[in-house]
Amino acid sequence: MTSSASPSAGTATLERVGNAERLVASGDWTLAFAKALSDRIAVLKRTLAAGTRIDVSAIGRIDTAGARLLLDLAEPASIDGLGVERRALLDAVAGAQIVVPAAEKRDAGLVEVFARTGEAVEKIARDSYGLLGFIGLILATLARLALHPRRWRVTSLVFHLEQTGLDAVPIVVLLNFLVGAVVAFLGATVLKDFGASVFAVDLIGYSFLREFGVLLTAILIAGRSGSAFTAQIGSMKAGEEIDALRTLGLDPIEVLVLPRVLALLIALPALTFLAMLAGIVGGAVVCVLSLDISPTMFISRLHDLGLTRHFWVGMSKAPLFAFLISAIGCLEGFKVSGSAESVGTHTTSSVVQSIFVAILVDALAAIFYMKIHL
Amino acid sequence: MNAREKVIEVRGLRNQFGDQVVHDNLDLDVYRGEILGVVGGSGSGKSVLLRSIIGLNRPNGGKIALLGQDMIDVSDARRAEIERRCGVLFQNGALFSSLSVEDNVMVPMREHFDLPFALMQRLAALKLNLTGLPAEAGAKYPAQLSGGMVKRAAMARAIALDPDILFLDEPTAGLDPIGAAAFDQLILTLRESLGLTVFMITHDLDTLYTICDRVAVISQKRVLVADTLARVERFDDPWVQDYFQGPRGRSAEHVAELAADRSEHTSKSIAAVATATTGTH
Repeated sequence: MTSSASPSAGTATLERVGNAERLVASGDWTLAFAKALSDRIAVLKRTLAAGTRIDVSAIGRIDTAGARLLLDLAEPASIDGLGVERRALLDAVAGAQIVVPAAEKRDAGLVEVFARTGEAVEKIARDSYGLLGFIGLILATLARLALHPRRWRVTSLVFHLEQTGLDAVPIVVLLNFLVGAVVAFLGATVLKDFGASVFAVDLIGYSFLREFGVLLTAILIAGRSGSAFTAQIGSMKAGEEIDALRTLGLDPIEVLVLPRVLALLIALPALTFLAMLAGIVGGAVVCVLSLDISPTMFISRLHDLGLTRHFWVGMSKAPLFAFLISAIGCLEGFKVSGSAESVGTHTTSSVVQSIFVAILVDALAAIFYMKIHL
Repeated sequence: MNAREKVIEVRGLRNQFGDQVVHDNLDLDVYRGEILGVVGGSGSGKSVLLRSIIGLNRPNGGKIALLGQDMIDVSDARRAEIERRCGVLFQNGALFSSLSVEDNVMVPMREHFDLPFALMQRLAALKLNLTGLPAEAGAKYPAQLSGGMVKRAAMARAIALDPDILFLDEPTAGLDPIGAAAFDQLILTLRESLGLTVFMITHDLDTLYTICDRVAVISQKRVLVADTLARVERFDDPWVQDYFQGPRGRSAEHVAELAADRSEHTSKSIAAVATATTGTH
């Protein structure tokens, strides 16, 4: 309030005037010295006789913290030496009620562990149920719309195709090329000891056509496009745009979800095809450069393997992954509530769920195809 | 008036974004203990001025002094020291969404001072009560509060360190007339009891008429006029005339007069302003 030249720590000392004791406060009673002051006051409070007058005319600066501490010592009425300004400050502080909320008790015991586990399991069950419901909603809307070509949103579809498909080509191709090279190296290292380096070609062919091409692409797209879907729809939800759509008589599933789902249904298989090629090329480059397998030999070996059915096994999973990733991405977007923080939480959740589901479904598919001898 | 201490002194301020010049040779003084209202059309650079003064935007030219300290060429430590004596209320509150209201108010205390937790808690509760929030609001998170409560909580955080200067960016925007009138009274009360200097950007004519000591008009890239409301109203400029003599300006003035008439019943005046304002919007 009133500025004094240099700050000095606030104190309070007892003085004896005749028979009566008087407490003299001096120095700066500000937040900076609040810790020392509160310790001092705790001591004084125990010894101070009721009705002791307090003289504060020697105080340099005082703020709300200082005023509060002063009031801990005495009633406003027994404080002397206040100017008009300081009296107003003290009255304001005295008038404010302080209710410190009771600290919440947290149970850190075994019960809490079980309770949390139960909550998590329940949440997974609820989320799965919600996802199934949402998938049903998408399929129903899709079926309804299939009969009305006029209401297909072609512009939106093309836009999302570009975003999720074309724009993802470089990263998908590069990543698969590199993993292809790594797999070739690994294979060659192990097989060389058996003098069977040429089987590295089989390894690359099988792994990329059957598993890696589609799985790597799905994981990349889950991180790249699934998260984008959640963020886009989520920020629309946070900005009440979804509500605006509804009031305008538009179906958010039809306008926002279907174009994204359909775009990914086209983009992911196409990207998977490129991923398979890139992986095989990556493997081929390593074979040619360091394993003494000529390009002709690589291609004829690949050809002899008869990999067509493996190609179709791999490709058959792409639309499934695409549908799941886009459904999870969009659903998480709709779950956003209000704040920007919520958008972030659900985007993370969307990516984690999509990648988890992609790997889970891939594992189930592997068992399924093995059992039916494909 | 010149004898009073200047807590904010802006001289020849220039702000420019690309080719667009926002401020050119802008001068402004704010004196200790006053409430200054800053008005101007949309895009006239009110917020840029505020951001320049509190150091969030480095101006392209000119001088800014806060509490007598030049803020353009200043060491980081000294700047932090001065900034600690400024409180800022952002337009949308800018409360940290991951912290409870109580923790929000405690953030500056925790960062700058070494205080016992119990004392911080009591001080936070004190600040929340001063801004008129109920006790149970402290434990809530910003997302659980209404617009008016967010502003009050943000105000509590802004005054957490007992600042000398309080910067308010459209404090009453988005509040209902009753809430806005109550917030005006809150600013007035805090100024009286804590001796604050208030720099306030506002579009709210009622606020200008009821609590501002002086009004600064930003137009044509500078402060056109900064004076008491009575003089600003008579200032010969088409924009100023439109602003204050328009239908909204007229009714706000009328309301302020009504409120002034009843000012002896201070406790009732909030209600009076509120009821009267309801008609103007």
